[in-house]
Amino acid sequence: MKNWLIQHVRVLLFTLRRLRTAPLSSLLNILVIGIALSLPAGLYVLLHNIQSMAEQAASTPQISVFLSMDASADDIARIGKQLNQHQAIGRIEFVPRDRALVQLEQTTGLADVIGGLTQNPLPDAYLVYPKKPDAKALEALRDELQKWPKLEYVQLDSAWVHKLEALLKFGRLAALILAVLLSFALVTVTFNTIRLQILTRRDEIEVSRLIGATDSFIRRPFLHFGLLQGLLGGVTAWLIIAVSLLLLNSSLDGLTQLYASSFTLRPPAMGDSLTLLLFSACLGWLGAWLSVAQHLSQIEPR
Amino acid sequence: MISFNQVNKRYPGGYQALKNVSFNIAEGEMVFLTGHSGAGKSTLLKLIAAIERPNSGSVVVKGQNIAALKGSAIPYLRRNLGLIFQDHKLLFDRSVFDNVVLPLEICGFDHRESSKRVRAALDKVGLLQREKSSPIALSGGEQQRLCIARAIVNRPSILLADEPTGNLDADYASDIMGIFKSFHQVGVTLLIATHDENILRQFEGRALALKQGELHASSTGSGQA
Repeated sequence: MKNWLIQHVRVLLFTLRRLRTAPLSSLLNILVIGIALSLPAGLYVLLHNIQSMAEQAASTPQISVFLSMDASADDIARIGKQLNQHQAIGRIEFVPRDRALVQLEQTTGLADVIGGLTQNPLPDAYLVYPKKPDAKALEALRDELQKWPKLEYVQLDSAWVHKLEALLKFGRLAALILAVLLSFALVTVTFNTIRLQILTRRDEIEVSRLIGATDSFIRRPFLHFGLLQGLLGGVTAWLIIAVSLLLLNSSLDGLTQLYASSFTLRPPAMGDSLTLLLFSACLGWLGAWLSVAQHLSQIEPR
Repeated sequence: MISFNQVNKRYPGGYQALKNVSFNIAEGEMVFLTGHSGAGKSTLLKLIAAIERPNSGSVVVKGQNIAALKGSAIPYLRRNLGLIFQDHKLLFDRSVFDNVVLPLEICGFDHRESSKRVRAALDKVGLLQREKSSPIALSGGEQQRLCIARAIVNRPSILLADEPTGNLDADYASDIMGIFKSFHQVGVTLLIATHDENILRQFEGRALALKQGELHASSTGSGQA
């Protein structure tokens, strides 16, 4: 066991030395892998951010029930009572038209426009909070309320969230396809790097075979190299994503200030980052393994 | 230790390198393998190291039949053999020391033990002062001695040498034969393929003479093959 560990450490040091002896080509290889990986991974991070923003917005699903302009105080009270008694509804909140106008004035900064109005164009409204937040129940409730008299319009506030979710699903699929395609590219890059290494170290492999090296001994440095190159490619991809998000955030700051909200893109979480590194290291190893399986058997001592 | 029984080796293309060869080499023997180039000397050595496989017959080395040996067992067979090549097969991208340490790294020796063994092997062939040099800076005779150091560092019980004095002048050649003799004295089994008449005159030992793939005579003594 100890021997096995010593051998692996020795091979790892040897591999690092070899990376250093050809710094430019190693660097370029790692960069290619990093860029290839950063595209799908970056897209994934972006989608993840949009999704978490949407989830925040949709965490309290509500239905806005706008009453007709001609609804009397009696109508308002009656409708409120009916809503309160409805089984699917947990809680309601009445928003009188005057308060709605004040809120509009405060939150949108349209004071000048509103000040110019001769009369309040907004209707009275109820905010309805359903017991169950799932989309089907919400839609059923909306359809039911729509039929009640003296109601002008019933709006499901979280409908856009579901549309967005469908869109995100599509985006995630696109990211997945991209990831699969670029994974092949990564494997190919490693395959070729290792092929060249095997060819240039032909003598060493032949001699090692002659003096009793097992196949796994000969394979090991190449597999380590593939693994290491993949891992460094993954680190590069992570850095590309992190720096890109930093740049995006600084320009996003200006944008969100205009809309009086705050929204920042978060870097990939710890778990996702580790998955990225593990994935790229595995792909590097796989490329090396394929290359070694393909090319080593062609070198037999004569 | 090494025994051939009715061994035939034909290369793809039909060239018959060995015909019906049978012999025995006992433990601790020093045996010369003689014959002109093309007589099948190299093929015979390659069969012992499982670099080539016989078409028929059996090759038994230390009780193992090479013809039936699985591919995965070959490395472990070779660790018991010291191979010395006419073309040395040294690695020029590393130092003298690193060339010799390679067999020990393959076997997984720890650093301190392997350094000790490498220096002992280099000392035996008289290259201890050159351990940091590159093999390219060594003369032909020194390169051959380096090849020997690499072959013995693992302390194998059998040494196989293919034309070890092939390109060397007489002084270097007798140097190298002296080294072989010292191994013989400590009980190593040696099989030395050579066509060097000088060596055969100088050293006592059994000789196997190959002629066009056939084992003609097994003569003992001062080997006039």
